Amino acid sequence: MNLRKKVRKKELLLQGNEAAVEGALRAGCSFFAGYPITPATEISEILSVRLPQLDGTFIQMEDEIASLGAVIGASLAGAKAMTATSGPGFSLMQENLGFAIIAEVPCVIVNAMRGGPSTGLPTMPSQSDVMQARWGTHGDHPIIALCPSTIRECYDLTIKAFNYSEKYRIPVVLLIDEVVAHMREKITIYEDEEVEIFNRVKPTVPPEWYIPFEDTPKGVPAMANFGDGYRYHVTGLTHDIRGFPTSRPDEIDPFIRRLFRKVSQNFSDVQIGESYETDDADITIIAYGCVARSARRAAADGRENGLKVGVLKMNTIWPFMRSQVEKVLRTSKVVIVPEMNMGQISREVKRVNKGDTKIFTINKVDGTIITPQEILNRIKEVC
Amino acid sequence: MSYRYDIRLSGSGGQGLILMGIILAEAIGIYDGKCVAQTQSYGPEARGGSSKAEVVVSNAEIDYPKALKLDLLLAMNQKSCDDYYMDLKPDGILIVDSTFVKQLPTQRAYQIPFTRIAREKLKREMVANIVALGAISKLAPIVSSKAIEAAVLARVPKGTEKLNRDALKAGVMAAKKVKKVSFPSAPAEFEDEDT
Repeated sequence: MNLRKKVRKKELLLQGNEAAVEGALRAGCSFFAGYPITPATEISEILSVRLPQLDGTFIQMEDEIASLGAVIGASLAGAKAMTATSGPGFSLMQENLGFAIIAEVPCVIVNAMRGGPSTGLPTMPSQSDVMQARWGTHGDHPIIALCPSTIRECYDLTIKAFNYSEKYRIPVVLLIDEVVAHMREKITIYEDEEVEIFNRVKPTVPPEWYIPFEDTPKGVPAMANFGDGYRYHVTGLTHDIRGFPTSRPDEIDPFIRRLFRKVSQNFSDVQIGESYETDDADITIIAYGCVARSARRAAADGRENGLKVGVLKMNTIWPFMRSQVEKVLRTSKVVIVPEMNMGQISREVKRVNKGDTKIFTINKVDGTIITPQEILNRIKEVC
Repeated sequence: MSYRYDIRLSGSGGQGLILMGIILAEAIGIYDGKCVAQTQSYGPEARGGSSKAEVVVSNAEIDYPKALKLDLLLAMNQKSCDDYYMDLKPDGILIVDSTFVKQLPTQRAYQIPFTRIAREKLKREMVANIVALGAISKLAPIVSSKAIEAAVLARVPKGTEKLNRDALKAGVMAAKKVKKVSFPSAPAEFEDEDT
């Protein structure tokens, strides 16, 4: 090993979308299909230049349905694939999102959240697609959704999104709100930095022994690339371990349960959150995305005024980080959940609240970010 | 002790405010080495409508990324000057493009006709934003003119370097000549004590 390796450091002023592109390329993304939409367009724009330079593929599709279709196809053929969109396009992707879940195709979908419903507020932020990411596609299913609040996290969580999708053979949604997607901050990227990159597990058996949807202790079957000689059937119908449609209850039940199990037995791996001064806090703010930044400011200002305020920042939105939320519900007297929607995560917090902890919400739906002062005012109002 | 310096560049869509914000953030963050967060808000129109870019500067990690109380406000049209003047700190700096801003909310404003300078001296109205950046580097203590020049040249299209360098110089010159603004000598906290 060369110990005197030169550290190549890049200091850049990047937008959230640009950092997500850097993260995707670092994770090994080699295929992008998408349809441009504000506020996610920069991702397509930059990848249309960068991917061909790296021998990857960029396709602008006719719409978002086809975009995710192309991404699923590319992933089945072995590529790490991604698409990027915003609310209206994410609605169109729901059908294929379900397909990727049932066929267990790894892929990453960036949803830069703008105001809705429908075309809504193209250039203004919101956090109103949180539940859509969870339940937008029909059927009982698990999902992983991540939500960055800084430019550094856009980079890191995009890499994580690819890792989780490859590790658990599941589509991962990256929910970036418009503020973070378009915000620019300084980020330092070390080109030879050790970054954990996970690649899907490939079958080690010869093609004739390969069982494409076999249960394993991890719940994740090995995945062969199309074209590598492993012939198997991919369908959106509920299938048996060989990939063929089944209507036998004794095959359906273990299949659906395995889909859930592969995520639920790895909660500790996929649920990432950060606590700031929550240990002695009477008041804890649970926040995510750009609002988590306002929350940290509000907590710092509150501490200056003698209020013991802490922040639990959720980097993973789904699966809901129940154990970490329960911990702050046990230790705090009051929990505040500020969100730029009518209360999508606060309902989850209320759901897991077993004790008498008071939960208050701040719901802002006017297309602007919740300010630290608004959080502080709410704290003063309820305490 | 960490500090915060909040800047808002405002005007109408098409005046190049977001590009200004990016260049300013790059100058302060990359070339001057401070922490920066740059955000923007604009309407769906390519031109017209109101547009603003904000840059928050600190020596520590920045939490809330949007501007709170403004240390520096640039208003490139009358509407933005009227809308945002109230967000300015008592000792905050107000710079207006006097080509468009005719009614001033205060006497303590730097009035420079950025657009007229761009149109008449440089023959290209679109560099008004770069002229304004030149003036900011002279009038505000937050960024060095060296850093601004490096950031401008790194961001503008190839072949326009001379035009943009001239625009920066014109901005610096205009700022040197502008009428000095004096601020009240008593700090804001002291004034508040009686009330």
